[in-house]
Amino acid sequence: MSHTTSGQPPRQATLRSPLGRVRGMGSAKSGAHHWWMQRVTSIALLPLTIWFILSLATSAGMSHAEAMLWIGQPLNAVLLLALIGLTFHHIAAGLQVIIEDYAHQEGLKIGLVLATKGLSWLLAIAAALAVLRIAV
Amino acid sequence: MATFTLPKNSTITEGRRHPAPAGAKNVKAFKIYRWDPDSGDNPRTDTYEIDLDQCGPMVLDALIKIKNEVDSSLTFRRSCREGICGSCSMNIDGLNTLACLKPIEDVKGDVKISPLPHMPVVKDLVPDLSQIYAQLRSVEPWLKSDTPPPPDGERLQSKEERSKLDGLWECILCFCCTTACPSYWWNGDRYLGPAVLLQAYRWIADSRDEATGERLDALEDPFKLYRCHTIMNCARTCPKGLNPAQAIGEIKQMLAARQG
Repeated sequence: MSHTTSGQPPRQATLRSPLGRVRGMGSAKSGAHHWWMQRVTSIALLPLTIWFILSLATSAGMSHAEAMLWIGQPLNAVLLLALIGLTFHHIAAGLQVIIEDYAHQEGLKIGLVLATKGLSWLLAIAAALAVLRIAV
Repeated sequence: MATFTLPKNSTITEGRRHPAPAGAKNVKAFKIYRWDPDSGDNPRTDTYEIDLDQCGPMVLDALIKIKNEVDSSLTFRRSCREGICGSCSMNIDGLNTLACLKPIEDVKGDVKISPLPHMPVVKDLVPDLSQIYAQLRSVEPWLKSDTPPPPDGERLQSKEERSKLDGLWECILCFCCTTACPSYWWNGDRYLGPAVLLQAYRWIADSRDEATGERLDALEDPFKLYRCHTIMNCARTCPKGLNPAQAIGEIKQMLAARQG
């Protein structure tokens, strides 16, 4: 086989049977939880994001003290923390899928997934800390 | 990484032109991908002008006419010429379909024909499908049952149970869908692709099969199954009007449902 009709290089010549290659290392027996959490977080984020945007719109012109007071209210603080946790969970899960789609070198793929997850964790913790320092 | 340009030996050059016979009034040009593994040349696009007044209505009729009367070196798969064998799947006018079911008059302008996308090419319009066949074999597409069949007859299904196989059994394994799927293009070595997953679901949905759990176990994998991102090219391109994406969605729902 010298080429394909698309940009992908043709499959490597190997003496392993096609069935052996396709079965590979077998099923990872995971993925259902990841898929389910993507759906759950996106549905949960719908009302939370609408609430957050409406709150921002109605709080236009608030003074610094008033904004602190608003964030400090228990209901607002709880919803903000939920928004932060779900947003960064959703971002990390989505980016992981995109990276797995396109990064085909094993090392690069693992590195990028770990980096996005680490960054998401750090940003989520930083954002949560900001809310907690005001609210607590 | 996924690549978006053709390597040097795959870029397509302008090929030969076979003009219509003198006096032809209803002429249509067929631009066909040609590649000969023995020549060492790059692939090329040959143009065949065909008198449609002397040709059957379908694209496959034109291909057979070209092979019989113009250029016997043109290589393609075909068998039943009525959309049931799945042999003549190819990319026509930008969409994967069966040449035998595609009316020439549906194509505006020149008829551009190339092999199923992204597969290694054996010759001209013949792709190498050995990986997809192995993937089909890997989902064990046959009835698995520990309960022996009744000694006096066949395994029975209710009408309702049987109706769950509608939209699945009609698949003829032409692989138009799998080769139209970007996820399969980028990760076909691990992702099973829409056609094979539809076949897997055909047995998961079969009330007579007793290996549903094993089948779901084998599919629960970030690459084998979850590379499907509901892009829906599969449903759009299927020449039999089936919806592999829906079958994949059913598998995902069952995997979620058995969690709790």
